[in-house]
Amino acid sequence: MTVKAVRKDPHDLSMTLDADFDATPERVWQLWADPRQLERWWGPPTYPATITRHDLTPGGRVEYHMTGPNGDQPHAYWDVQEVDPPHSLVVRDGFANEDGSVNREMPSNEFRVTIEEVSVGRTRMSIVSTFPSTEAMEQLLAMGMEQGLTEAVGQIDAILAEDDEEPRQDRP
Amino acid sequence: MQMVPPDFDRMFGALADHTRRDILRRAIDSEEGVAELATHYPMSFAAVQKHIAVLERAGLVTKHQVGRRKVVRSNVEGLRVARRLLGQYEELWRGRIDRMTQLVNEYTREADQ
Repeated sequence: MTVKAVRKDPHDLSMTLDADFDATPERVWQLWADPRQLERWWGPPTYPATITRHDLTPGGRVEYHMTGPNGDQPHAYWDVQEVDPPHSLVVRDGFANEDGSVNREMPSNEFRVTIEEVSVGRTRMSIVSTFPSTEAMEQLLAMGMEQGLTEAVGQIDAILAEDDEEPRQDRP
Repeated sequence: MQMVPPDFDRMFGALADHTRRDILRRAIDSEEGVAELATHYPMSFAAVQKHIAVLERAGLVTKHQVGRRKVVRSNVEGLRVARRLLGQYEELWRGRIDRMTQLVNEYTREADQ
């Protein structure tokens, strides 16, 4: 089990998630620092992310869009607040217009990433996500909800597709 | 992008205030009227009444006539929705962690070869 703990507070509207990886902090940091790796995990399979700008320095900016099953492309950005490779990262994640400018009608939320070695070759990553405004909470969760659903559908498709493959050999 | 009904906006707005969260907790545990609730807080009756009105518009509490008094009851269903949304948010991140793990393992295998 990779996810070790999740704490959710419906009154304070926050979530903390701890996950362990069999890797060094440097390796886990690369998942954030390398845009080609980042786009392989940020979006669900049916909503892949494309990173168009990636400046992971304080005051820097990451720009991306996601492509939905119906061709819809929500644009978004991170404003990088704090960076301390390979240990911590604080970003504000928000929605953008198609030209990359900030969409001020849509919300943003801040999350903090902490990466630390808990034993040799084992690294814990903690995500603390807070929703400072009511709009941010409501709309970002709505986005997550939709992604969660499309992802679930994508996984069902993948499982069904396996039945069509040739008989498999036993896997370890 | 899918927009949510405005009720969610109201609900999270109502929950963003400490006094209102406290009123809501009391409404879950006991059935007090507005006047009784007002005695718990160092603020005017009118101010407490306003807080209750915000909770009411958000669908978190409802007022019921019981005999001669009106009691404030919680709408537990409202909180259930908040928990469900946070649960969905958790699922979103669990999906990300799964993909990160796959990616880390993939690179480890490549490095071993």
